[in-house]
Amino acid sequence: MNWLMAAFQTLLFAALAPLLAGWLKWCKCRLQNRKAPSLLQPYRDLFKLTNKQPVVAEQASWLFLIAPYIIFSATVLAATVVPLIAVDLPTSASADVIVMVGFFAFARFFLALAGLDIGTAFGGMGSSREMTISSLAEPAMLMAVFTLTMAASTTNLSIAISHVLNEGLVLRPSFVFALFALILVAIAETGRVPVDNPATHLELTMIHEAMILEYSGRHLALIEWASQLKLMLYGVLIANIFFPWGIAETFGAQALGFGLLAIMGKLALLAIFLAISETLVAKMRLFRVQEYLSFAYLLGLLGMLSHIILEASR
Amino acid sequence: MILVLAYCAVLLSFASGLLALLMNQRATLLELSQYWFKKFPNSNGHYLRLIDSNLKENRFSHLLRLTVFAVLGLSGIFAVLAGVSVLISKEIVTDQISLGLPWLPWHVRFDCLSGFFFLIIGIAVSAVSLYGPGYVHAYAEKQHPFAVLGLFTGLFISGMLLVLLADDAFFFMIAWELMSVASYFLVAFQHEHAANRRAAFLYLLMAEVGALAIILGFGVLASFTDGFTFDALREAKLSSTWASIAFVLALLGFGMKAGIVPVHVWLPEAHPVAPSHISALMSGVMLKVALYGLIRFCYDLIGEVQWHWGVVLLVVGTVSALGGILYAMMQTNLKRLLAYSSVENIGIIFMVLGLSMIFMDNGHPHLAALGLLAALFHGFNHALFKNLLFLGAGLIHHQTHELNIDMMGGLIRRMPQTSKLFLIGCMSISSLPLFNGFVSEWLAFQTALQVDVLDNGVLRSLIPVAAAALALTAALAAACFVKVFGLIFLGQSRSRNCDKAHEVKDKGMLAGPALLAGLCFFSGIFPGVIIYLLNSVAGQLLGQTLPNDSALGWLWLAPVSAEQASYSPPLVLIAALIAAGISFWYLRRNPATVMRRAEPWDCGFGGLTPRMQYTSSAFTMPLRRIFAKVWIIDEQIDKDMQGAMNQDVAAIHYQLQVHDHSWPRLYEPVAQAVNNIAKQVGRIQTGNIRVYLGYSFVTLIIMLWVIS
Repeated sequence: MNWLMAAFQTLLFAALAPLLAGWLKWCKCRLQNRKAPSLLQPYRDLFKLTNKQPVVAEQASWLFLIAPYIIFSATVLAATVVPLIAVDLPTSASADVIVMVGFFAFARFFLALAGLDIGTAFGGMGSSREMTISSLAEPAMLMAVFTLTMAASTTNLSIAISHVLNEGLVLRPSFVFALFALILVAIAETGRVPVDNPATHLELTMIHEAMILEYSGRHLALIEWASQLKLMLYGVLIANIFFPWGIAETFGAQALGFGLLAIMGKLALLAIFLAISETLVAKMRLFRVQEYLSFAYLLGLLGMLSHIILEASR
Repeated sequence: MILVLAYCAVLLSFASGLLALLMNQRATLLELSQYWFKKFPNSNGHYLRLIDSNLKENRFSHLLRLTVFAVLGLSGIFAVLAGVSVLISKEIVTDQISLGLPWLPWHVRFDCLSGFFFLIIGIAVSAVSLYGPGYVHAYAEKQHPFAVLGLFTGLFISGMLLVLLADDAFFFMIAWELMSVASYFLVAFQHEHAANRRAAFLYLLMAEVGALAIILGFGVLASFTDGFTFDALREAKLSSTWASIAFVLALLGFGMKAGIVPVHVWLPEAHPVAPSHISALMSGVMLKVALYGLIRFCYDLIGEVQWHWGVVLLVVGTVSALGGILYAMMQTNLKRLLAYSSVENIGIIFMVLGLSMIFMDNGHPHLAALGLLAALFHGFNHALFKNLLFLGAGLIHHQTHELNIDMMGGLIRRMPQTSKLFLIGCMSISSLPLFNGFVSEWLAFQTALQVDVLDNGVLRSLIPVAAAALALTAALAAACFVKVFGLIFLGQSRSRNCDKAHEVKDKGMLAGPALLAGLCFFSGIFPGVIIYLLNSVAGQLLGQTLPNDSALGWLWLAPVSAEQASYSPPLVLIAALIAAGISFWYLRRNPATVMRRAEPWDCGFGGLTPRMQYTSSAFTMPLRRIFAKVWIIDEQIDKDMQGAMNQDVAAIHYQLQVHDHSWPRLYEPVAQAVNNIAKQVGRIQTGNIRVYLGYSFVTLIIMLWVIS
């Protein structure tokens, strides 16, 4: 039953990810006084891409062809770890939060290699920048996550979230720092403004898009879907770790339904915040990113220290 | 019985070295066989023909090479058997060999810790012996005699095995020196280049300085007890100051061999110039022997570890890990890059070992066991994947005659098997899930996260920062190996040599790396097996094993308790296969959407050339800018001007050199100081015989005065 529940939750993750992307786009369009596409547009795009004949560069190797499948599966695996509508998942035990970060690293490794495979300058540029940014983001991310895991004394996400849930609403300084650190990292890792802009193909600023320029058809669909999933994953992480209320603790139909509604509401709200910040903030220069990420790291560190100094049991 | 296996391993490696000496003795052998058959004319003619044909010029050398490596491989298998059997039986066997001086027999002790390192060496040696025959074939016999290579390889390996068996300080140092000196000759094997000779000398110098520090360390222990056997040294009652002095000496000595920053500089010099299978052994295995020495010295001989040592190891390890990977990132020579990455991995091992010491002294032996286990596991993993990568580098060098990664590219199509094996190595070293590097790093994080049990506030805030540094190291390692794999195997080839490369013909040269790659994957999926073996090491050394490792069965890894953290690689693998299978099946179901091949997008300018691709220095440029202070960067851009008023740029020459800070900061001042002292001493050397006679006379007088 638990395993079925975990599988169902993962499917839900994959199914809802394009909707979140659509909602985000809708919010941004409204904020910028443009006419918004339908909320279902990402689904249509994905469907269209899967039914198209992919065009692959002549010199592409096998690695280029299997990379999208690997990227997608690694991201889906990361999604199995994160509790979406209910806690107490068996999959959270088979891979904890460090493994989840590892899955992201796995996907990124192959994405960067695929960018280098064709041998165009764009691909190399994208790979180089992506690996740079991610290697700065990963310590900041783990610092924020460690603050949480040390407070809950577990790296199992399900148990950590139930821990926060059972403790009730306590305003802990360490959590506030960790929350902001995680938000900054999430923006960098999912390639949003101000670090990267998913809507542009301007060569000097591209990061994520530069790596996947050569992909088309079903390969592109998988990669797009994976990045939508990643966005949603970070959203769910932030929502469920720091504001877990509403998540189902039992597997009753009512609790699950309520959990689904709660997480959708939380994600919708987060997306609105993200849309507002993307509308207000301009993209920054590439070499400002390290300042941004070291700020995130600093916040994570402050969170950790305030946990150790102020909150720990002794 | 177990000890017999271990002795067999040592003797066989020794024998392989001696066998290699026969290479120059073909004529003698021929004479010998003829003499034999003259003396016994009625022996079987069949054998005569067989021996005769085998002694033919071209066959003989080939056969001898095969035999030498076969004996070496056998030695590796025996080492694995010895190691595994002692780890399973959890016995401690001791023995005395009456070699050496008459009143100083060699004491031998074989316990779980030695057994585990026997296992590491055995695996590495087996892989190398598969790989070796094909690789050394390329060396011209005149210039690079196989007899030398084979002899010193055998001595080197038997030296390493003897270090692990030693149970007294004399025997330990003899074996240690055997290992160091034999490997010096291997580094100097291609001595026709001045740079290689210089690297070998640097290596020898640092090895000997390190050995001096180790001897002094043993001396400190020995002065508190009688005798140099390890049993006596264990009994030594040291004050905490003297124990700390002994620890610092051991750290310096073993750290020099292991290659921690700042005494790492011999590694990037010596590893690239040795033959690839030797650098694989040196980097994968010899560094681990130094690790063994440190663990043996601290946990076993001194016995009571102190937490400050742990802090020292943690800091030194963090600096080594970050420094190693950042320097590795900037290298363009593949083997130099791998050598720097060894510094990084040794740094990680030292960090975790430091955590283990901190927990040990603070009264948490089960966490200390976890830390020790993570450190040893990472040592095992590093031996596997670094060996694999060095052998892969050897394959690439063998096929393309190129070690500069800026001159490679596109090899994935020309060397498909090599590329797959190398990819597994890169994924393991980048600590991606499902591979072995990830497991040990996960265990390291789990150890660091247990910091809540400590009372000391400084430690409680230091350790998470170190954990974040570990995360940065891992992420940078991933970036570095994306660069390595991407530039070597992907894209278009950047030189003619690479354009004409093809897959290696010799099956053995692929079988060696394949064995290692298989083990990397296996121990990534079933880490429980290795942890089971390691538990007996922790049990013997610390008297404490991991608590819950079997509570959830072999499928799971739960180092502290199931609530706190768990990881199940087999389940993750199954889930990954399901996810990839479904997406693959779903998207490929429609035959109408078969792929079409076309030219890549070239922005409408036409004609992508290999020179438009990113190079190593381009790839690492953002990181070079961000961490600019870490290196001494020497960047030069020269423009050739032409045309009217010299305004048009005809060509741009870009030069980038990245230097190590430790040379001007540490080594050059030391060298300067030594030179200055030598000059001062030189003053009394007047070159005048009367003065020297005067010195002798004064010395004699003083001696007589002292004696009377």
